[in-house]
Amino acid sequence: MNENRFQKRTLFLILYIVFALLPIYWMVNMSFKTNAEILSSFSFFPRHFTWDNYRTIFTDPAWYSGYLNSLIIVAINMTISISVALPAAYAFSRYSFIGDKHLFFWLLTNRMTPPAVFLLPFFQLYSTLGLMDTHIAVALAHLVFNVPLAVWILEGFMSGIPREIDETAYIDGYSFPRFFLTIFLPLIKAGVGVTAFFCFMFSWVELLLARTLTSVDAKPIVATMTRTVSASGMDWATLAAAGVLTIVPGAIVIWFVRHYIAKGFAMGRV
Amino acid sequence: MLSSKPVNQKAWWLVLPVVICVAFSAVLPLMTVVNYSLQDIFSPERRVFVGTEWFALVMRDDELHAALWRQLGFSLAVLTVEIPLGIMLALAMPAKGWKASAVLVMVALSLLIPWNVVGTIWQIYGRADIGLLGAMLQKMGFDYSYTGNATHAWLTVLSMDVWHWTPLVALLCFAGLRSIPAAYYQAARIDGASKFAIFRYIQLPKMRGVLMIAVLLRFMDSFMIYTEPFVLTGGGPGNSTTFLSQYLTQKAVGQFDLGPAAAFSLIYFLIILLLCFILYNWMQRVGTTDKEGAGHE
Repeated sequence: MNENRFQKRTLFLILYIVFALLPIYWMVNMSFKTNAEILSSFSFFPRHFTWDNYRTIFTDPAWYSGYLNSLIIVAINMTISISVALPAAYAFSRYSFIGDKHLFFWLLTNRMTPPAVFLLPFFQLYSTLGLMDTHIAVALAHLVFNVPLAVWILEGFMSGIPREIDETAYIDGYSFPRFFLTIFLPLIKAGVGVTAFFCFMFSWVELLLARTLTSVDAKPIVATMTRTVSASGMDWATLAAAGVLTIVPGAIVIWFVRHYIAKGFAMGRV
Repeated sequence: MLSSKPVNQKAWWLVLPVVICVAFSAVLPLMTVVNYSLQDIFSPERRVFVGTEWFALVMRDDELHAALWRQLGFSLAVLTVEIPLGIMLALAMPAKGWKASAVLVMVALSLLIPWNVVGTIWQIYGRADIGLLGAMLQKMGFDYSYTGNATHAWLTVLSMDVWHWTPLVALLCFAGLRSIPAAYYQAARIDGASKFAIFRYIQLPKMRGVLMIAVLLRFMDSFMIYTEPFVLTGGGPGNSTTFLSQYLTQKAVGQFDLGPAAAFSLIYFLIILLLCFILYNWMQRVGTTDKEGAGHE
């Protein structure tokens, strides 16, 4: 019976993976076709195999700079999110102070604001500050949803570390910054990795704010992609190729954090 | 339960950077929205204070009510499908070795695709003439068309969301499951516990924290869904897949009604806030009564 059970699970897993990969396969398939072939016939494999779509992306600066801009934006956003979230998460997991629970929930509420609500105010705010079309503007705008999430996840990891460790370190004469950087941070390395993955994910794929706050110099790849919709119709093939390339950086990130996820986290008290 | 933490008001200093960050990127814009919602704006120089007029107008809007119910139905459907499916998936995923890594990456792939690309892929994928899904359904004898039939369109948007976001639930649950010490399972085996008992009394309680994140994130994000259905169906056919965010954007950008759009935004935000608050407190209570019941933790 146990054997049977095992097989049922494996079967379910395989079915899900097929369900998950088919649309992606279709995109990869499309990325090697020409537009004419995509629209004219149904086929499981490209009949006229072509690298042209990828060549367009790698040679046209408007395309590849989109990837660079996206990477810069995400990197800035991740750095800010994690560095402000670390001390806050520590405070929430270790101390009680006036309004701590309210503050924690208030942080979460910012994750709940539809980006559409913020479009216009952000536009005005960043125009006034002269930050329009810069990487930092988009990175700051994405803090709205990434900082609360980072605090939440990190707090969960930190609550899993026994408080005795802090106390022992203070008795041994460690100062707070030294304790935090040399003892505590290595202990929650997995948490930082997982948080970085989530920040990366949500910032990498966000379109609405990114498109509104940039025009040329800092335009991220998701916004560049909307260019494929033009008067002459959709450029499906190039879009598919660009889509395939957007998965690559994320796949690399998850490859790095896979051990942290596989090691497990239960998110303490939340 | 939490009183064991020492009281230390200086901890506020550690929280301050986050508060400043969020104040700059969330509170400031929100104040602007409040400001808009109370005025009639003809141009930047000419504006009139109108009080709560916009709120009254928006509250009476029948289309908004329709969009709200559609949205609630959709979010509910998303949660009822994705949460159990994600848990099952997490239970089925291999725990160790290269297989675990490979499955983890494959499952996570759909999360990393930009949202507009998700919509575009499904747009082709669902087409009966050149898309795999559409062609398969046609072969099986369904007269499937997501552009013509409202039910089909709704189901397509739902399956797209399931495809896109179930991995998030699965990844979180997987991480929760992996944190359970092997000793728990050994104890359960000695007691002769059934598979279901193990799930109910060991795995589910241990996943509580991550499940809470998963449920809240999925709820918030499905309630704010915009890009994917916009690209896939454009809200149609008719209004069948016009959810709140899209209706709002139509108002704000399309008709350029700043005042009503701002009032709408605030009401929208308050609805999410209220529902999340209920969900958050309910899940926290369910979790703690569970713990007391289990006793041995």
